[in-house]
Amino acid sequence: MTFETQGLRRVVNNPALSAAQKARALSIEAENAMPYPQLDAETHAALEARVICDMYEGHAPYRPRYVLPDYGVVLTCGSDWLELPVPQTLDEAINTLMIAYHHVPSVTGMPVYVGQLDDLLLPFCEGVSDEALYQKLKLFWRYIDRVLPDAFLHANIGPSDNRVARTILRVDAELGQIAPNLTFRYDPAISTEAILAQAIANITICSKPHIANHPLHAATFDARGYGIVSCYNALPQAGGASTLTRINLLEVAKRSHDTDDFLTNTLPQYVALNVRLAQARIDYLFDQSGFFDSFLVTEGWIDRGRFTAMFGIFAMAEAVNHLLLKSGNPGRYGRDAEANALGHAISARLTDLVAAQPMRNVWRDRAMLHSQAGLSTDTGLTPGVRIPYGTEPDPVVHVLALAPHHQYYPSGISEILTLDETVKANPAAVMDLCKGAFASGFREFTANIGGNDLVRVTGYMIRLSDVARFNALKGARTNTTALGAEAAKLTAILDRKPRVVAYELAAGADR
Amino acid sequence: MLFLQGCNFACAACHNPHTIGQCNDCGDCIPACPTAALSLAGGRLHFDPARCTQCDDCLAACPISANPMALPYSVADILTLLHRHRAFLSGITVSGGEPTLQTGFVTALFAAIREDPDLAGLTCFVDSNGHLGALGWQGLLSVTDGVMLDIKAFGPALHLAMTGRSNARSLASAKIAHAAGKLYELRYLIVPDQTDSPGEIARLIRFASDLGGPQRIRLNAFHHQGVRGVAADWLSAPRQAVEVVAEQLRHAGLGPVIVPAVWL
Repeated sequence: MTFETQGLRRVVNNPALSAAQKARALSIEAENAMPYPQLDAETHAALEARVICDMYEGHAPYRPRYVLPDYGVVLTCGSDWLELPVPQTLDEAINTLMIAYHHVPSVTGMPVYVGQLDDLLLPFCEGVSDEALYQKLKLFWRYIDRVLPDAFLHANIGPSDNRVARTILRVDAELGQIAPNLTFRYDPAISTEAILAQAIANITICSKPHIANHPLHAATFDARGYGIVSCYNALPQAGGASTLTRINLLEVAKRSHDTDDFLTNTLPQYVALNVRLAQARIDYLFDQSGFFDSFLVTEGWIDRGRFTAMFGIFAMAEAVNHLLLKSGNPGRYGRDAEANALGHAISARLTDLVAAQPMRNVWRDRAMLHSQAGLSTDTGLTPGVRIPYGTEPDPVVHVLALAPHHQYYPSGISEILTLDETVKANPAAVMDLCKGAFASGFREFTANIGGNDLVRVTGYMIRLSDVARFNALKGARTNTTALGAEAAKLTAILDRKPRVVAYELAAGADR
Repeated sequence: MLFLQGCNFACAACHNPHTIGQCNDCGDCIPACPTAALSLAGGRLHFDPARCTQCDDCLAACPISANPMALPYSVADILTLLHRHRAFLSGITVSGGEPTLQTGFVTALFAAIREDPDLAGLTCFVDSNGHLGALGWQGLLSVTDGVMLDIKAFGPALHLAMTGRSNARSLASAKIAHAAGKLYELRYLIVPDQTDSPGEIARLIRFASDLGGPQRIRLNAFHHQGVRGVAADWLSAPRQAVEVVAEQLRHAGLGPVIVPAVWL
């Protein structure tokens, strides 16, 4: 076997990568030296042209893209394979989780889900003082960031107001780390105003947590629950997603005569090809890789029947503007009612098309639509159904323009609202915006606040100071900093237009 | 927030000087607009929001510190907006400019909000310089949940120099709002070498203490954002100096004392 070794040499000799980061890069090169899973000619051509895209997950799927173990299993049963007894104390429970994380794969080489932490740890907190809980969680948090330094890694808390959730929020704001990423699941019937206020206050400090509309997500999944992982993907707990393949809607629009042709012919054609691409990858994972023989399955951490296929779409804004321009209409997605309505119609059509495609070895036999948040190399293309960077209207108009999309994307859709720094003086305004977004049908609420070092790129967190250091070739401890640096250079992500919450009436722009 | 155009003070330190004047349709701003969003029709200035790029060049061209982009709204217009944005709102605050120059409008608006079942949960606040007379407050306070009252200075001469008006009515207004249980917040702008003297701070403490009970006070820090004219050469209030004043107020038993979240 011979490799083209120049690329490998560049990896090995890269001064900005640690030994572990080099080993990971080399393993990717090795995987991609193998032939791709068998594709028919039409699917292959669409992939080559990147009308459909496999997110560069690799040529030989030997683990699912995202794995969301039910960590409750190891905490209540221990593990024969890992020779772990059932934990009895909080220290033992945290230690068990720290060990468990190392055995949970994902496409990033690190776990993307570290669990619904308050549910997992609360049973061990009886008799533990607030101060002790704070100290232990702080060390746990530091461990996660230093040993699993990947901002796709995600912890979930809520919807109840409890000691663990509160302490995690306190520690998270205090440390300002990129990992873990954090989601607070909000349910107006269960969560208190106080814990939502604490979560919102954290957003003004460190742009975390992400807030999930729990009742909407809970209704999408089942009794075994769901988790929010990576860039705000909602997936079955005790399962996950085998793969994420996505359609570049602009490329589909370019291959269409007009809007009618797009909806009737080209979109169905590429939906079918994207499903075929996903199925080929899933077949390899299930039938050849041996992944599901692992102790994770036999001990019940995951269930092979609970892995979905994420069906991603992106560049909705560019596709809509392109189709409108073809009919002589200079539409402005996100700003004009007609452009927004076409976007909503495309999302509805996608839902029907995906529902009409049965799949093998996929949870509930159908892929789940996902508004995909982008790759660092998506130059000139806007993630998912978002409004192009720098052209966003004020936050309320922004939310109302996108809200009708949210019903169509059960495996995740997020919009990053970028708010002016002065909102730090008025966290109540952020809370109003969050509640208003949820009341309007938003599944997720995510905000970056101007002036924070810790900001969100497509969904994962970076520290601007890390990016500056990485660009000065000083290397980065974290895997996602390089992606963030690349995205910042290529995709203008940091140009998100900050808006003052009260902007609209001040400018009289509503008339 | 609803910003109302027009103010009866002429503060050198104003951070929103384009809200001071009322447009007199002179048309001097029209040539300054690069996108022809401004025009004169029948002797009245017309503003087309669809053409506006929000460059604000017209504000700089206005000779009377007015805002040619300000649009007239009726009470019914504002109610329509409130209904559309209801899910995003917990209340409404009128500011300016000086909103009490349009007390009739504000009172009618707040009363209408209270009578509307879908809007009744919204709180109604006024952010004022306090120059409104006692009679004006009577009607307004009956439909208002809280007042944020800005005292620009305590020394009469200093107040006159900073605003062009006496502070007697402002101080009286604070007492009126407080007596009605509706003085939500006293506000005080720290301008270095002017309003931060030991004498001024002592008078602030005495005034707030005389109201009785702990009083919420917001200290604002003078900065250059938006400022025109002589005050553009004044020093910004340094964070440390504002924190020192905040500590003095807290030490005197006042509070909560709020300082800026962002230092410009």
